[in-house]
Amino acid sequence: MSRSIFSRRGAARAADPGDRVFAALVAAMSSVVILLVVGFVVLLTIDSMPSIKRFGLGFLSGSIWNPVETEINHLNFGALPYIFGTVVTSVIALVIATPLALGSAIFVSEYAPSWLGKPVSFIIELLVAIPSVAYGIWGLFVLVPLMRGTVEPFLQQILGHIPILGALVDGPPFGQDLLTGGVVLSIMILPTILSLSREIIAQVPRLQKEGMLALGATRWEVLSQAILPYARGGIIGAAMLGLARAIGETMAVTMVIGNSSTKIGASLFTPGYTIASAIANQFTEADSEIYFSAIVELGLVLLLVASVFNIASRFLVSRLTRRTGANNA
Amino acid sequence: MSPNDGQATGAPASEGRMMRSLSDVIQDRGSAAVAADGSGADVGKGIQIRKLSAYYGTHQALENIDFDINPGVVTAIIGPSGCGKSTMIRCLNRMHEVIRGASVTGSVLVDGKDIYASDANPTRIRRNIGMVFQKPNPFPTRSIYENVITGLKLNLKRKSKREYDEVVEKSLRAVALWDEVKDKLHDSGTALSGGQQQRLCIARAIAIEPEILLLDEPASALDPTATMKIEDLLFELKTRYTIVLVTHNMQQAARASDITAFFIADERHVGHLVESGPTRQIFMTPSDKRTEDYISGRLG
Repeated sequence: MSRSIFSRRGAARAADPGDRVFAALVAAMSSVVILLVVGFVVLLTIDSMPSIKRFGLGFLSGSIWNPVETEINHLNFGALPYIFGTVVTSVIALVIATPLALGSAIFVSEYAPSWLGKPVSFIIELLVAIPSVAYGIWGLFVLVPLMRGTVEPFLQQILGHIPILGALVDGPPFGQDLLTGGVVLSIMILPTILSLSREIIAQVPRLQKEGMLALGATRWEVLSQAILPYARGGIIGAAMLGLARAIGETMAVTMVIGNSSTKIGASLFTPGYTIASAIANQFTEADSEIYFSAIVELGLVLLLVASVFNIASRFLVSRLTRRTGANNA
Repeated sequence: MSPNDGQATGAPASEGRMMRSLSDVIQDRGSAAVAADGSGADVGKGIQIRKLSAYYGTHQALENIDFDINPGVVTAIIGPSGCGKSTMIRCLNRMHEVIRGASVTGSVLVDGKDIYASDANPTRIRRNIGMVFQKPNPFPTRSIYENVITGLKLNLKRKSKREYDEVVEKSLRAVALWDEVKDKLHDSGTALSGGQQQRLCIARAIAIEPEILLLDEPASALDPTATMKIEDLLFELKTRYTIVLVTHNMQQAARASDITAFFIADERHVGHLVESGPTRQIFMTPSDKRTEDYISGRLG
């Protein structure tokens, strides 16, 4: 029995020309993808070399971004405020969107009757297709006034007097700030996380749920002890894809974040700047070689930030999976 | 026998027949390990199925089943594919209804109480009736140890570490898995072989001390050696639990069961019970032509 399986597999590898052609074809396709990524990194690095040579690590740690040499202010490019803005808005987006998305995914796949669940998830997935400039316009004309007039004063009233949380809501509510940027991003990444988690939850084998039910589990216990543990890795992956989208998102954030990089502070009511919106806003103004090079280096840094998040999430997934294996009563 | 058994079957003669066949089977297997009389021993609880019909949406899968399952023996349900035997066993612990659109009419009495009564709590019923599935389904994010105590930890019932340790050892010993896994209790349950995983699932089911154990083709995904171990296990377990075994493997029914029920679905009727009786009688002298055809391989 096992020998016949071996010989069949061996035969396919050695003799069948169709299989060999197909294997070569898909190998070629995947190498195109890899070459694209490598070429991308190489070109970005070459073009940002002048900036890297001149500013070194100061590019990452400096917070003065001054593209024009004057008597008082020297030309300097420090991208820290942009990095800060990118990380803060992305994390806000993730913190708001993940629980909402997970909750809806659980409802749609486990609780809602199919006449309700199917149209709801279809509509939510349509949100993925809305262009980000539309989100930006909506953010600017609807969300920003709402944040400035209602949400931010309300948050200030509630959290303002609590020692650490108070610092997050310090200062006048502008509306166009880090918090609003994060909220717009959270709305944009919600459908991504939701549709992926829904798919992952739907793929939990029926036997896993029934195994838990047959032990006398309630519906909540089936969810919390069979479905979610089984789907945990995939759900983290879905959140990370949402995060990746948030990190790179440009248009919508640029329109609501305020585009001011003067200071890095604890308050989420500070107008900010993200790496992506800095590139979009300043690319056309880059008239000198060093300015252009600094903009390209921003692109490289954006790639770096995305990679750091990605690696961290992979580490998290593998830690979680390993730990449960050795966890006892 | 449990006190409720006699009143529902109402036929001491059939009990007598059953006992004879049980000893026949034991003699066939050359084993004297099992005390066959069941008198006074704690041997689980009987099930009486009355006018049971099961549906998937508007499609009927089982029609008007009347059938008694006695404690202390292994009852096998056999029949060709699509005869409703898996549906039958899933009706016994209210697992049928978890499929969207599925419904049941009629009643199933366990220990004299209808599990389909309007005030019956399916969660509590399932805790009293263990189930083992066609494919081993250990929880992959849990260790062997955690898999066994999963049922104990449900509904926020907490026990001490020592109690858990005792239950784990007792349950794993009951399924003859203890010696194989005692040094790796905290490894993932999915690292075990298929047969070991299935025995782990049986251990998980009996850890909460049910009265009844339902096995839905438990060996269909296992190799012959692992299958033998599961069948041997049934002989041990039937002294303590009422066991219902669904199988598509007639040899398995002949080897492992004391009572056999033959189900069929044909052009005129959806799944229904053709006949039931001592396994030896069903296999040697079936009273229905269709049973004979199925057993001799002319059907299904």
